Amino acid sequence: MSESRYAVGIDLGTTNSVLACVDLSRADRDAVPLEILGIPQLTSPGAVEDKTQLPSFLYQAHPAELAEGDTALPWDSHPAAIVGELARVLGSKTPIRLVASAKSWLCHSGVDCRAAILPAQSPEEVARISPLQASIRYLEHLRDAWNHQHPDAPLEAQPLTLTVPASFDPAARELTVEAARAAGLSHAVLLEEPQAALYGWIQKSGNWRDEARVGDIILVVDVGGGTSDLSLMAVTEEDGNLVLNRVAVGDHILLGGDNMDLALAYTVRARLEQEGKRLEPWQIQALTHSCRDAKEMLLTDPNATEAAVVIPSRGSSLIGGTLRASLTRDDVNRILLDGFFPEVGAGDRPAAQTRAGLTTLGLPYAQDARITCHLAAFLSRQINAVGELGIALPQGARFLHPSAVLLNGGVFKAEPLAERLMAVLNRWLRDDGAEEARLLQGADLDLAVARGAAYYGFVRQGHGVRIRGGTAAAYYVGVESAMPAVPGFAPPLEALCIAPFGMEEGTQAPLPPYEFGLVLGEPVRFRFFASTVRRDDAVGRRLDYWPEGELEELDEIEVTLAGGQHAAGEVVPVQLAAAVTETGTLQLQAVSTATGERWNVEFEARAG
Amino acid sequence: MIQLDLSHLPAAFDVLHVGLAALSALLLLLSLLSLTVAVRALRRRKEADANAVPPSKPLVAATPAPQPPAPPPVEKPAPVILREATPDAALQLLGLLQSEARFLDFVSENVAGYSDADIGAAARVVHEGCRKVLRAHFELEPVRSEPEGKRLTLPAGFDAAAVRLTGNIVGSAPFNGTLVHRGWRAAKVNLPKPAEGHDARILAAAEVEL
Repeated sequence: MSESRYAVGIDLGTTNSVLACVDLSRADRDAVPLEILGIPQLTSPGAVEDKTQLPSFLYQAHPAELAEGDTALPWDSHPAAIVGELARVLGSKTPIRLVASAKSWLCHSGVDCRAAILPAQSPEEVARISPLQASIRYLEHLRDAWNHQHPDAPLEAQPLTLTVPASFDPAARELTVEAARAAGLSHAVLLEEPQAALYGWIQKSGNWRDEARVGDIILVVDVGGGTSDLSLMAVTEEDGNLVLNRVAVGDHILLGGDNMDLALAYTVRARLEQEGKRLEPWQIQALTHSCRDAKEMLLTDPNATEAAVVIPSRGSSLIGGTLRASLTRDDVNRILLDGFFPEVGAGDRPAAQTRAGLTTLGLPYAQDARITCHLAAFLSRQINAVGELGIALPQGARFLHPSAVLLNGGVFKAEPLAERLMAVLNRWLRDDGAEEARLLQGADLDLAVARGAAYYGFVRQGHGVRIRGGTAAAYYVGVESAMPAVPGFAPPLEALCIAPFGMEEGTQAPLPPYEFGLVLGEPVRFRFFASTVRRDDAVGRRLDYWPEGELEELDEIEVTLAGGQHAAGEVVPVQLAAAVTETGTLQLQAVSTATGERWNVEFEARAG
Repeated sequence: MIQLDLSHLPAAFDVLHVGLAALSALLLLLSLLSLTVAVRALRRRKEADANAVPPSKPLVAATPAPQPPAPPPVEKPAPVILREATPDAALQLLGLLQSEARFLDFVSENVAGYSDADIGAAARVVHEGCRKVLRAHFELEPVRSEPEGKRLTLPAGFDAAAVRLTGNIVGSAPFNGTLVHRGWRAAKVNLPKPAEGHDARILAAAEVEL
């Protein structure tokens, strides 16, 4: 691609998307000029404005709702749907037409992400779209915004990086790539968000080698609007150079800054109701906004003890109809610090998540809001993550000891929250007799992921340090063990490893020495498992027992053998081959042992 | 001579404060409006000058001996410019202030019948919203960076539009004086771009819930 002038990064967030780029013609070892792009979007009917964040909301207006021409964008006079700030604003008053959090649905087991299911609670008349389609729309908007500003360097021809949560499963990653493909961006590569945040920090700090030491274990805590993501990176040395290794990622936790604002709003609502003032649903929205402002005020000004929360009237009489309440420092401490970052022990665990049934309508939000508990569980589960890198933990360690912490997400602009997180972690470390972890300074909390994604495009061209990672899980298919049938009991299940931990991009796993006889023309499903802790299982390893929690069941995978020289109904012996594409997605194929023919295995057997 | 009743001060101050806030917001709005009009006028004048100069020069050269005290025709285009200034940007700003700060609602309402607490609650909405609009769409900076109350010297040829002299204005530059107000300058204006055919006179659409 000779015309590629920029490396572009897209942070495709749950609530906001950001677009950043590095001008490759001006980038060198010492300075990497990085730019965050203003994204033109409708901010009110008939007004287009550049904003650095594109709210990831989509609104399908009624034909009579907006005047002719009021939805025009610089590149499209009649967009099919409204995306961005105006979608968020209109949707706050008409939620039945609003699609939000599409990204969280991509990683939701039990729904078919290609099925038109959003908005979930809208009446028949409103056209529904699939979570995949919503993601495509956001990407198309970003693509058009870029191409509008860079007519001589179309996005289709620039190296492009898309970020996904580290906790996205193979199916969700595949869907993200599919959305990019549908938007004409099939060349995009994936990057995990915590890694992107670390790249962003490296790019911004300029001299990161002075701040990182060999043997460091960097914990990245990324609390976004809707999701929280945990990752561990280890710093090692090779030929005198520092090397970064991503050694572990955490579970998908649907919990973020939006939950915190809601928690405050519900507290204030309860207080108003005690005074006999009942709030209507539309007022909750205004209350949440007001609570966010009050929270920011209380958390940034250490002297403030109370902040007013007001809910303006809907009618034109502002003074008469405005409700007033207040949020105190005690509220914020109690609800945010003790609710989301309580001082728990290193041995505490989050309350068990009940598995979502197949008919769930809503998203499986985290049931335990205690982020520190999720962190404790993650660190102790990953206690063996750095053993193979030669980083030893002291005797009797109860959890993996991070030596540095990188925070990401606008939530941590509130210093008390960052301080509490560090205080809790450091208390665990002291109790274990370890050194305290230090906080890496200078992170750009809102934009680091997009920055890092753009910088990664530069790194991929062979400049600067690259984080080694590979897949953060080993993958297994369920096979029935060959045992005599016992009436009333399902035959016990064994897990066959088909993809080992840490597969690098662009590599293939060896074929497992195990054949399945599949009937041609009939769809066949396999149960599918992932493990983020079993690092040593080789392809072909069969587990007939595993400790509770080591394997997590994902959605079933499905393969249909069709075509070829075989006759329908014939049984074809196949092996399951795993590969990680250059893009960063897992690819499974059924390979005929006789003829070498290959069939793709789909991750999309979600609808059940 | 002046008796201050301290017990009444807070309440009186509240009303005053709210009134002042509204007044200052209004004045700010007006000054912004005049600023946009002035910028437009300046732009237009430049265009007008560029267009007007070439035909007028040969005209002067061609008439050999006219009456010497003929008034220079340079001042003439100014009133025409003001009449042509479109109100779109002003209406847009009013619309933004209304949607973010409920500015029109607040200023149009009769405050006489309400308690200070009620007015205060509403004033918070207005104040917070106005700040948001200003932060989002303007980059404001003081004209002079010196602290107020400091003595400073204005050299000859200072920008009289940016610095206003008051009081004992005699003699010639350099002028020595005290900085009373630092002034404000809009370093950057970043208003949304309206779509073709969008009716800017609708500052806030009427809302009908179904």
